[in-house]
Amino acid sequence: MDTIERHTIAALVENEPGVLARVIGLFSGRGYNIESLTVAPVTPDESMSRISIVTSGTPMIIEQIKAQLNRLVPIASVHDLTADGPHVEREFALVKVVASGANRRESLRIADIFHAHVADTTIESFVFSLTGQRDKIESFVELMRALGDVEVARSGVVAIARGSKVL
Amino acid sequence: MASERMTGAEMVIRALVDQGVEVIFGYPGGAVLPIYDALFKQNKLRHVLVRQEGGAVHAAEGYARSTGKVGVVLVTSGPGATNAVTGLTDALMDSIPVVCLTGQVPTHLIGNDAFQECDTTGITRPCTKHNYLVKDVDDMAQTLHEAFHISRSGRPGPVVVDLPKDIQFAEGDYEMPAEIVHKTYKPRLKATNSEVETAVEMLAGAKRPIVYAGGGVINSGPRAHELLTRLVRTTGAPCTLTLMGLGALPASDPHFLGMLGMHGSYEANMAMHGCDVMLCVGARFDDRVTGRLDAFAPNAKKIHIDIDPSSINKNVLVDLPIIGDVAHVLDDILKVWDAKNITPDGGPRQEWWKQIDKWREKDSLNYQKSDTIIKPQYAIQRLYEMTQDRDTYITTEVGQHQMWAAQHFKFEEPKRWMTSGGLGTMGYGLPAAIGVQLAHPDATVVDIAGEASILMNIQEMATAAQYRLPVKIFILNNQYMGMVRQWQELLHGGRYSETYSESLPDFVKLADSFGAVGLRATKPDELDDLITEMLSVDKAVIADVCVDKTENCFPMIPSGAAHNEMLFGPGDSAEKPISKSGMVLV
Ligand SMILES: Cc1ncc(C[n+]2csc(CCOP(=O)(O)OP(=O)(O)O)c2C)c(N)n1
Ligand SMILES: [Mg+2]
Repeated sequence: MDTIERHTIAALVENEPGVLARVIGLFSGRGYNIESLTVAPVTPDESMSRISIVTSGTPMIIEQIKAQLNRLVPIASVHDLTADGPHVEREFALVKVVASGANRRESLRIADIFHAHVADTTIESFVFSLTGQRDKIESFVELMRALGDVEVARSGVVAIARGSKVL
Repeated sequence: MASERMTGAEMVIRALVDQGVEVIFGYPGGAVLPIYDALFKQNKLRHVLVRQEGGAVHAAEGYARSTGKVGVVLVTSGPGATNAVTGLTDALMDSIPVVCLTGQVPTHLIGNDAFQECDTTGITRPCTKHNYLVKDVDDMAQTLHEAFHISRSGRPGPVVVDLPKDIQFAEGDYEMPAEIVHKTYKPRLKATNSEVETAVEMLAGAKRPIVYAGGGVINSGPRAHELLTRLVRTTGAPCTLTLMGLGALPASDPHFLGMLGMHGSYEANMAMHGCDVMLCVGARFDDRVTGRLDAFAPNAKKIHIDIDPSSINKNVLVDLPIIGDVAHVLDDILKVWDAKNITPDGGPRQEWWKQIDKWREKDSLNYQKSDTIIKPQYAIQRLYEMTQDRDTYITTEVGQHQMWAAQHFKFEEPKRWMTSGGLGTMGYGLPAAIGVQLAHPDATVVDIAGEASILMNIQEMATAAQYRLPVKIFILNNQYMGMVRQWQELLHGGRYSETYSESLPDFVKLADSFGAVGLRATKPDELDDLITEMLSVDKAVIADVCVDKTENCFPMIPSGAAHNEMLFGPGDSAEKPISKSGMVLV
């Protein structure tokens, strides 16, 4: 009953000033968690944006979050991808690794295993670009940390339902 | 409809007139000068000059609550807008339709820390239903009409429209939109058939039903209140009302159990605790109503009708959520009930009413009478009895006097009772009374006040004087912030930290200085004369009713306790200490 669940929620919103502030203010004002949040316009005329939010809470809180989001005037629809069924989740990361010698070679080998690409290189560093599920990115970063100084930029999760249905 | 060329400021006036607005409450300043100029040049809109912007919002709330229309406010940028914040929050918590127009520095200065600039949309985002910043004069007409639509529809609430000064000067085309169809905002009004059917089945099968109704019934409009009354009489279920809902069922109806919650009646709270089916109509299971959640109505199947989906399953999980407008849903429920020709099983119902009558015998609102000292409850009782045959509207401040008013004043109709429920804003009552009196010039409007609360917006006496509004301020002067003192007595060993109302003004002289009439009563036998005189003068009155300083408000569910754990009087409080977890609750 009171177990904490992690949910990925997609909200289609009018692309107007302040809409992101409304969403973030809602989460902070009501004490909800945000694990990650991304936003970008998704319609050809850029009039609508899609906000992807990963949040966690009890089932009652998750229901509240959806109802509260729906209540915001510029929000067109709210979809609980976790509850609605199978969906694809991806995150993008840029990972800079500063290492030399064997560690440098090892970082390249690991990048290969993870299908990460080299986006930039110097004598003592690489920037890898990597796409995948959250835990894949996390384990990649963890391995890299063992090899040298690491800087990470992550996009946060974007997600979409599997199948042919379109929102 | 052909569009017309005019300035942004003229559009503001025009849009308000097209919305049917007759009165606006405001206070001028640099950032709204063009609008005040446009106001000066017309005679369709009446502007009421308040003495502080906070007063403007409460006045608009009083106007809105007593008429069912949208209340309108006009204030300047910066401090004008920030002064409005308390009122906006109040209107949000109590779901009151208010449109607040704020001036803003010109668009090219926004973000520069210009004189009297503040981030009005940022500050008011969490305390409005929605807000706008108009950056193009061509958006003006649409935005203003949309603001009204959003404020009054669905679950009503405050909407801010921030108007930079250059946009007020700019010229554009004004056109009244035919009908507002919002792209993303579409409140659901009607329930599904199966929801209605299930509700009827649950009510029909109930042995110990209760209807628990709130402000949503009043917001839904006059039909909702008629339908609620019919539903209660048809189903024969007892009905209790929240602080916001008083008047939604006539208080004289035998099915009415009184208000429920922290200072509700014993029978209302016990019936909530003991019911087997609860129909919640336009109320939100607020903590003042439920008491301890894990002991709330433990054996009840719950139905919840609310237009706001976020009110459902927020505090209490219900068995049948119904999202919709109260009037629509009750209408459908009654149609199905009638069509099925339902008569609930008489036996268990009789038992239930017998039980309720036993609880009623406790006479929980009873208090110790006195013929030497004015008991605050007695003062309210006499006020009620002596205004009964008048066209009376009551507003209140916040504190013990507010709860005594809720307990002892009886409302036969909705929209007669204006009180700050959700936010509990001291200083609400006087400006609200001003708004009510403007909407109902011939009515008797009384602000039941405490001596501490009334000082929070006392400047509005000047507004009452300017517009010759005969509002009556009925102060239950106990020389304490009584409600806080009561909690200090209960929770903090009677250490009355800073709750004595020190250095009070002489309210009679104060009234006089505002051109109003000041009256005072100190003994019970002076009370009737005071009320008679207060009602007979055609001027604003401050009546200083000096009441028992030590009286506390009972019955009471102490914080963290359940509906069946009420305290009935001073002796009671000592016996049942308040739990640690109750202490931290507000
Ligand atoms: C603006 C604001 N500040 C503080 C409070 C906390 N508070 C609630 S009741 C109360 C005392 C009110 O005193 P008074 O108006 O004399 O009413 P009484 O309880 O004595 O009837 C206070 C300080 C509040 N509700 N509103
Ligand atoms: Mg007092």
